[in-house]
Amino acid sequence: MDTFIFSAIEFGVIFLFGCVGEILTEKSGHLNLGIPGIMCVGAAGGCFGAGIYLNATANPIGFVTILLAILFAMLFSGALAGIYAVLTVSLRSNQNVTGLAVTIFGVGFSSYFINNVVLVGETGTLLSAAGLNFFKAYLPFADNLGWFGKIFLGQGFLTYFGIFIAVAAAILLRRTKIGLNLRAIGESPATADAVGINVTAYKYVFVILGGAIAGLGGLTYVMEYMGGIVGATVADTVEGIGWLSIALVIFTLWKPDFAILGSIVFGALYIISSYVSLFFPNASFTFAQLKLFPLIPYVVTIIVLIFTSIRGKKENQPPASLGLSYFREER
Amino acid sequence: MEKTVALELKNISKFFGKVIANNKINLSLYKGEILSILGENGCGKTTLMNMISGIYFPDEGQIFVDGKEVVIKSPLDAFHYKIGMIHQHFKLVDVFTAAQNIVLGVNDGSKYSIKSVNAKVKEIADKYGFHIDPKKKIYDMSVSEKQTVEIVKVLYRGADILILDEPTAVLTPSETEKLFSVLRRMKEDGKSIIIITHKLHEVLAVSDRVAVLRKGENVGSVVTSETSESQLTEMMVGKKVELNIERSQPENTVDRLFVEHVDCMDREGVKVLDDVSFIARSGEILGIAGIAGSGQRELLEAIAGLQKLKNGKISYLDPATGKMENLQDKTPLQIREMGVRLSFVPEDRLGMGLVGNMDLVDNVMLRSYRKGKTPFLNRKDPGKLTNEIVSSLEVVTPNVHTPVRRLSGGNVQKVLVGREIASEPKVLMAAYPVRGLDINSSYLIYNLLNDQKKRGTAVIFVGEDLDVLISLCDRILVIGSGRITGEVNGRETSKEEIGRLMTKTVATESKKEESHE
Repeated sequence: MDTFIFSAIEFGVIFLFGCVGEILTEKSGHLNLGIPGIMCVGAAGGCFGAGIYLNATANPIGFVTILLAILFAMLFSGALAGIYAVLTVSLRSNQNVTGLAVTIFGVGFSSYFINNVVLVGETGTLLSAAGLNFFKAYLPFADNLGWFGKIFLGQGFLTYFGIFIAVAAAILLRRTKIGLNLRAIGESPATADAVGINVTAYKYVFVILGGAIAGLGGLTYVMEYMGGIVGATVADTVEGIGWLSIALVIFTLWKPDFAILGSIVFGALYIISSYVSLFFPNASFTFAQLKLFPLIPYVVTIIVLIFTSIRGKKENQPPASLGLSYFREER
Repeated sequence: MEKTVALELKNISKFFGKVIANNKINLSLYKGEILSILGENGCGKTTLMNMISGIYFPDEGQIFVDGKEVVIKSPLDAFHYKIGMIHQHFKLVDVFTAAQNIVLGVNDGSKYSIKSVNAKVKEIADKYGFHIDPKKKIYDMSVSEKQTVEIVKVLYRGADILILDEPTAVLTPSETEKLFSVLRRMKEDGKSIIIITHKLHEVLAVSDRVAVLRKGENVGSVVTSETSESQLTEMMVGKKVELNIERSQPENTVDRLFVEHVDCMDREGVKVLDDVSFIARSGEILGIAGIAGSGQRELLEAIAGLQKLKNGKISYLDPATGKMENLQDKTPLQIREMGVRLSFVPEDRLGMGLVGNMDLVDNVMLRSYRKGKTPFLNRKDPGKLTNEIVSSLEVVTPNVHTPVRRLSGGNVQKVLVGREIASEPKVLMAAYPVRGLDINSSYLIYNLLNDQKKRGTAVIFVGEDLDVLISLCDRILVIGSGRITGEVNGRETSKEEIGRLMTKTVATESKKEESHE
């Protein structure tokens, strides 16, 4: 059971990064369907950055390794989100089409990049053994605190970083002027423009920042969850996680703090098929039946959508001008 | 009394392409006064104000604030010079509270604390006598509450010059009275206020001076206490301009379309049509005059089956069968097949009339594709028709396979008119068909309407240029705030008479309401 909860949180954080990134993007009025591709690119970029450092030094420092991985993951995914931003903010292209193109590109690129540039040796290892251990490192006294220590203190650095970012995003949106301005832009860019908020700048910053944060989800998956050892189809898996992250945005009603809990629920549902004997010790499932469990998040999301649409509470709806380009002179 | 000038405009001009929206306008606003800007629709009132508030940038001329020349490039610049505009269409975020909307975009370096904002909003509200709940969400508010939020938003930023664009258009008479008393208090506080309106009695009630705009030019300013409604009407509509539009005597007129006691509500539950009754006759052009947004669009849409009636009856005498048909029970398609055509709504030419990304032939085909007997489209006949329309109406287009959104406004209009007329309608409704068209194209459209009249079509023409209405129409209905305020004979009426009818209703209506209270 400990292992299950531990893994649910660990996996949930992957969703959490993607979800918080997409929330920030959507709050600026942009529906970025490129998030799955951006997460893949984040994974590739993070491994690449850490790999350079590990190759160059004989005695790598853990902190620097993780920092470089995070920086490069954000750099790569931010760059791809930047392309999306140029296309949708400045050139006002259709957001759905652009996002899908970004995903297709991101998945293809990172698949190539991981398999041909990043991989170390023949076994699908992304980093040298020393580097991999850094991502799994946890607080030394966690082992002494029983199940609590294992579940809550035994996680790798990226898990805490993800929760920190979610809390920070929640505070930003709810309690700061920047958050107020951002929400206004997502709801009604013309209103924001009329009171002198720089709509274009905000859109660029938050589309790119959102992409960069989502990219960390990909990094968390390959490094922390997979332990740095991946198969050739890793990009496809990350893409699937990316789509679920977008679904999670709806599930959590565009609230980053809800997303912390929501992501753990999604994480649990996603991995439950491996732990099915925990809950149903006597039952035996076929392979096909087990594959039904990861579908539950999608079903739950649809149910949430139905309920929020029926109740029609305005606060729980997507930002009013989500998906619409803004052009001041258009009247 | 010595008065200081708060805002001065010198030779301000603004062009939209070839259209002159404002031509060398001079205007001054004194400190502590309420100035009304009066004018018909499309006379450039809003454009002028938008230049002061930073939405547009003037093509020529200078703006002075407190005697210093300023450059206003954005709404932020306008706030910097303490100018704030309350737009006709509110710019508010629905899911925010009043206070959040008010503080949005304010960058005074203070920490963001909604509590202190709430307190400051209360303070402003008490000072000028507003009633506002800072914690109320916008979507829970009535129109007048939203307007209050807009005004407080501007005051919160410390504006000394307030511009209100048709603030009373959405208010009930008692709400209007409340607004005016607030405005008077602001005036006493030394604020300068510009109020855009076309309601004469309000101008007389609230303002100190009136500036009248006509066709983009300032035709003069008068002191309110020294003027009268009739003088203002005359300034507003101007002298009659003779137009050479041919007008034949109506022949063989038959009552074709009967509109009886029609009431309509808009989405917010505001009455947009109030007890409207009239008859349209075949072989006659019936003009509908009125200030934009008085219910013309809803009226035409109600006839075309696009708008639900709350009360009343619309019926149609079918010339083929001689039977009366109830139009309100029919779908738009059925109504269309009976020969009632809602043609071209220009604000929305490409929205309701044509599909911008489709070419001319496909657009023409939209009306006829159902006639085919095979599952495949018949492009031949529509293609022929398109070529006819292009050559007879002189549509300027590279070829008939150009997407219509690439054509100029006038040519788009011609395609639309051509298509509607080709189907030989029995009732043809045209809303502002010449808006945005040059003189030649306009005359082409007038002639087409006249041809239809001669063919025995009942033509309903909604227009904004009174000269055109008077020269083209046989009868003119005047509509004001959703009511028919009068019917005049196009051959005998004058611009002043129509102008009076256009602005009349609200005055009488508010009087009625007062007597109720």
